[in-house]
Amino acid sequence: MALRSVLWSLPFAMLVAWLLARSRLRGRMLLDVLVHLPLVLPPVVVGYLLLVVFGTQGVLGGWLLERFGIQLVFTSAGAALATAVMSFPLVVRAIRLSLEAVDPGLEEAARTLGAGPWDRFFTVTLPLMLPGVLAGSVVAFAAGLGQFGAVITFAANIPGETRTLPLALYTALQTPGGEALAARLAAISIALGLLGLAAAELLMRRARSLLGR
Amino acid sequence: MFKVRVRLEREDFVLDALIEQQEPGVVALFGRSGCGKTTLLNVIAGLLKAQQSYVEIDGTVLEDSAHGVYVRSEQRRVGYVFQDARLFPHLDVAANLKYGWRRAGQRTVGSLSFEEVVQLLGLEGLLRRRPHQLSGGERQRVALGRALLSHPRVLLLDEPLASLDAARRDEVLPYLERLRDELAIPMLYVSHQFDEVLRLATHVVLMQEGRTVTQGALDTISLHPALRAIVGPDAVGAVLNGRVELADGSTGLAAVRVGENVLHVAVPAARPGAHVRVQLLARDVILATVRPEGLSVRNVLSGSVARIVEDDSDTDLVYVDIGGPLVLARVTRAASLSLALRPGAPVWVLVKSVSIRGHAYVTEAAPPVVTTGSA
Repeated sequence: MALRSVLWSLPFAMLVAWLLARSRLRGRMLLDVLVHLPLVLPPVVVGYLLLVVFGTQGVLGGWLLERFGIQLVFTSAGAALATAVMSFPLVVRAIRLSLEAVDPGLEEAARTLGAGPWDRFFTVTLPLMLPGVLAGSVVAFAAGLGQFGAVITFAANIPGETRTLPLALYTALQTPGGEALAARLAAISIALGLLGLAAAELLMRRARSLLGR
Repeated sequence: MFKVRVRLEREDFVLDALIEQQEPGVVALFGRSGCGKTTLLNVIAGLLKAQQSYVEIDGTVLEDSAHGVYVRSEQRRVGYVFQDARLFPHLDVAANLKYGWRRAGQRTVGSLSFEEVVQLLGLEGLLRRRPHQLSGGERQRVALGRALLSHPRVLLLDEPLASLDAARRDEVLPYLERLRDELAIPMLYVSHQFDEVLRLATHVVLMQEGRTVTQGALDTISLHPALRAIVGPDAVGAVLNGRVELADGSTGLAAVRVGENVLHVAVPAARPGAHVRVQLLARDVILATVRPEGLSVRNVLSGSVARIVEDDSDTDLVYVDIGGPLVLARVTRAASLSLALRPGAPVWVLVKSVSIRGHAYVTEAAPPVVTTGSA
């Protein structure tokens, strides 16, 4: 579910990061604030807002249900959406930083060598920002595993459907005799987190040595 | 070859440039740092938009603001060599070289294949390396090859040697000379080092504070007051075109005919008939009113004073006609008064051969250059 959320949010995050880093759009400030909002709001508030917007009675949710029969509330897709929204600022941040580190002069060089906009993006810009994007995604993935407030508010805690790792952990703690299970889940959680951070660090190092920085 | 008219206004800067050059060759855009040379180059490359612009290269109009013509940079086929090389750090040298070549349909450069361009620039041993494993000079050679292989109609060179130390510059310069002599691609060469211009350029455009001041052949421009203002009193001097009449292999000295006079200068590997360009720095030229005897100076030319210009508070610049071309001499006001120098007065011009050093040249296509050793 965390993986799904990262995959879904990546293209959007790239677009937003591009807008924030390169464009001289007038609403840039507003967009910046909006993107970073989930970082400062209590997760429950984000879950609540998602309910309002994407709930079966919500503006978008109702339309989605009617037109496509897609229900997000209380489903795993909904849990992914909630996770994506929560980790969005992290991904955007990482992509934006790596995009700003790409020398626009290299894109100019590609232009004079005959490369059009998309060609330039895929052959120069993207490969150069890829390490940052990957590292950002890994961190977002790890953070996504820990989403709690927004998920439980928006997608509830349904076994096998929307019960994420922290939700399971919480449930185990609430259940008499669940301490052993809780400990195991906690161990998994720690291991996944460590793995994510280590993977991110490794990716950055590989990229750096490749580019000779 | 070049027909460029650009006007670009910013809050604190106005670029007002005109380049008109019909003959093929290397046009040097010369001026101090920050005078707008790179900005002009970026407009020509289509990386920067100007309010008013007309850019025509080799008969093709790339930009004409009056008629709404604007070719996008990626379709202009300009081979741009940046001051900082700008090689793609995620690609190796071979992939860098092929970047533009592939997009230009893998065509030959003149009659040179990909491998021959690699050979011409001495890049055979570097193909598998990555940009960060190259020296500054190697990087510029790769950048040169990358631009060349993109099948450009013009090469735009933005101070490709400025970020290199003297040894690296001497390593790259011969390659630039080879490109000039062996390929018929017009070049626009931006520089603020006059010795580079002297070695490479066939024509010069002088720029000052965003404006093109004057342009023309190097010998004409070398006498222009604007050049004196840019290079300063010690680097100013007349540039003369000549031909090797006699080459003495044992001494390395060559007799170079310049108009009615013959100059004895050191030109290693000079062959009779070869074109040579000589700069006589004004501060190295000695004037005499009577023909001196018993001197070690090999070059004694007769001439007459054409005009005298006050250079600064205590020195004069004396223009001497040596039978066609003019020579510049920088003398103190006191000397010029005691010799009673005035327009029309006959004088002897003295230049030591050893203060003039030459570079080896193979082709006769473009006039090679000889500079005074103190340059």
